[in-house]
Amino acid sequence: MIAEAGLAALWLAAGLAALQLLLSVPTVRGTIDGAATVRAVAVVQGLFTLIAFTMLLTVFARTDLSVALVADNSNVAQPFIYKIAGAWGNHEGSMLLWVTVLAVAGAAFALLSHRTSEATRIAALGAQAALALGFYAFLLIASNPFARVDLATMLITGPTGLNPLLQDPGLAFHPPTLYLGYVGLSIAFSLAVGALITTEVDSRLARAMRPWVLGAWILLTLGITAGSYWAYYELGWGGFWFWDPVENASLMPWLAATALLHSVNVLAARAALKAWTMMLAVLAFSMSMVGTFLVRSGVLTSVHAFAIDPERGTFLLALLAIYVGAAFTLFAIRAPRLREGAPFELVSRESGLVVNNLLLSVILGIVFLGTLYPLFVEAISGEKLSVGAPYFNSVAGPLALFLAVLVGVGPLLSWRRERRPVLKRLTVPALLGVTALVITLALAPTLALLPRLGLTIAMFLAAASPLPLIGRNVLRTPLATWGMVVSHFGIAVALAGMAANGAFTSERLAVARPGEQLGVGPWTVAFGGVMPAAGKNFTSMEAELRASRGEGVVALRPETHYFSDPVMETNEAAIRTFWDGQLYTVVGRQDPSGGWQLRLWWKPFVTLIWAGGALIAIGGALALLGRALRGWRAGRPRPEPDWRRRYI
Amino acid sequence: MSRVLRFAPLAILVLLIAGLVWRLATPVDTDVHSRLEGQPVPAFALPAIVPGKPGLSSTDLASGRPRLLNVFASWCVPCVTEVGVLRQLQARGITVDGVAVRDRAPDLSAFLARNGDPYERIGSDPESRVQIDLGSSGVPESFVVDGRGIIRYQHIGPIEASEVPMILAELEKAK
Repeated sequence: MIAEAGLAALWLAAGLAALQLLLSVPTVRGTIDGAATVRAVAVVQGLFTLIAFTMLLTVFARTDLSVALVADNSNVAQPFIYKIAGAWGNHEGSMLLWVTVLAVAGAAFALLSHRTSEATRIAALGAQAALALGFYAFLLIASNPFARVDLATMLITGPTGLNPLLQDPGLAFHPPTLYLGYVGLSIAFSLAVGALITTEVDSRLARAMRPWVLGAWILLTLGITAGSYWAYYELGWGGFWFWDPVENASLMPWLAATALLHSVNVLAARAALKAWTMMLAVLAFSMSMVGTFLVRSGVLTSVHAFAIDPERGTFLLALLAIYVGAAFTLFAIRAPRLREGAPFELVSRESGLVVNNLLLSVILGIVFLGTLYPLFVEAISGEKLSVGAPYFNSVAGPLALFLAVLVGVGPLLSWRRERRPVLKRLTVPALLGVTALVITLALAPTLALLPRLGLTIAMFLAAASPLPLIGRNVLRTPLATWGMVVSHFGIAVALAGMAANGAFTSERLAVARPGEQLGVGPWTVAFGGVMPAAGKNFTSMEAELRASRGEGVVALRPETHYFSDPVMETNEAAIRTFWDGQLYTVVGRQDPSGGWQLRLWWKPFVTLIWAGGALIAIGGALALLGRALRGWRAGRPRPEPDWRRRYI
Repeated sequence: MSRVLRFAPLAILVLLIAGLVWRLATPVDTDVHSRLEGQPVPAFALPAIVPGKPGLSSTDLASGRPRLLNVFASWCVPCVTEVGVLRQLQARGITVDGVAVRDRAPDLSAFLARNGDPYERIGSDPESRVQIDLGSSGVPESFVVDGRGIIRYQHIGPIEASEVPMILAELEKAK
């Protein structure tokens, strides 16, 4: 019954989306007065998707094995949290989560956004309904999450559980966070489409778009950071980023959203970069859809093995072609009618942000090309190849480093025209950067170029990023400025972590017998032996390691888990964090002579990567909070005195 | 903004979609191809195991016309269903030879009496020697061997009824 109720709610939501689209057209044209109705329909549509998703969570919580999706992706023995997470750890469930977020974002937009003209808002809601409609069709026609089990196949294959790799607390939060981010960008897309329809591309539009972009960007940042850490400790390969197509699929929308976040500020403050900002708003969500397509269609091989089905791939590709094609066509038609606002000079904050946007776009292009290049080579020459980390690191790396330098400079420039001597303010950070360079040259003369430059620039940026606060009354500085400083400082921290990881990691691979000692970096690791153990739905072999570097001994217990349902083996790394790095240990198989494979890494300052990612997101959250408080204050009936408005 | 620039995103999109459509239309070949395909059958001579049926040696396979070599066992459950399919192939004029892996004569005779006997020759491979030489990791597996004794195709797992046309096509190709 619950599954059928969920399916019914989904059909109703789809019907409401169609109604919302149909009503929005005459409303925007002005032939009917339907604005209030369109908004109400958007809210109810959001509610129905929430009901459908709750129903899916319920059947997973109860392990209702008569629902095909549950039978294929869950079993009774699983811990409760993974039963719930199983709801979106599969194709159908995650697509339902996708449309739920899409519709709920539309509902929130209908309720909260008041800045643009009514016509633009309704046009945006129409665009949002059109987006949702395609994904409802996809769910209902090609991937029904509520389908009942086919008993005949069930008897042959039996129920299976969630892929053990995904049985991890990371899974409970990582995909939903990314989805919220991806789909949050849909509002920016719809607003851009709406504004292109009404040709009201102005600073009001930018202010309406900004919180959605910021919110989506924060969630994408968190999602990517969490995903990176999850891959780091769960896959047991010791790397934090693999340039895997699925990772790139999340990085591309983030790059576009980062560029959009900056250009939307130019549009808000100076009414400039109109066409460019609209292009980016369309592009950011398009990249989310491309990412979803790449992950779901299986056109690119990846460590993220999802159920693959050509029918679904074709369906998603059709949706992608229709939506992005329509938006790009609209852009091509309307772009000549967008008049650019105030001009700016070569050295100004505007041009700084233009350079930021150009660099981010070029990096985006590099990632995009690298991800899809194997596909095109195979299409043209039939040759199979894969593009790996060396390409991405050597092509995108230098650009990213150059961008990191500009991150230190840009915020010091003033709007329109720079009169103050900016370079003088950067003396101290520049000196610190050079000092870092000299130290690395003295202590580690054989370092590769990129990690060395990374450490230098991280030092420079860490010192340069707080400069916008210098000389201001700290309490009266807007939260948005604080947010910017924290985010930019976070970039320096993450960069330092990546460079340190690249420069100073020590690795040791060995076959060890119980009682042997191994050295890795400053550590001596004693291998005590291997003991069998049992978990709730797996058995395991647990190695006992005792590590020391002079003072004190720490115990580490890396494990190999053997799952029976489905049959699979995973390595659970044992990781110990210290202030100056992480000791990362993995136990593998036993070799015929009785030794065990051990992999040990000492990774100095590697945690800075994710700490930096978190700081970047926290900075975004501060900015969002600042804007929200300001909007709330501005929304109060009592007018603020002019002197306050100027400073807050 | 120039006309070229305005339509550039659309042009890139069309290219991308074309590439992806091509990719969806030509699925990736994920099949594992045997290393032995194109190689001669390794030399072996297996004794008979079933009364009245000759044993099998590699020279029997180079008989001037394609044959199907089936690695099987009476203790193998999927082989029970596969025998029916092999008999269909036999009925179409295909010569099927068997390598019985780690089998016992009474068990095998009972197996053939119960399920039917599609085999022209059966060689007994009590220690899996020939099976390993053939690069076969389990039972059942089948090899299409052409008239000169060269392996043209290796089929891992039982031949399903739906795969009969495919096997016939492979045998046709081996002529």
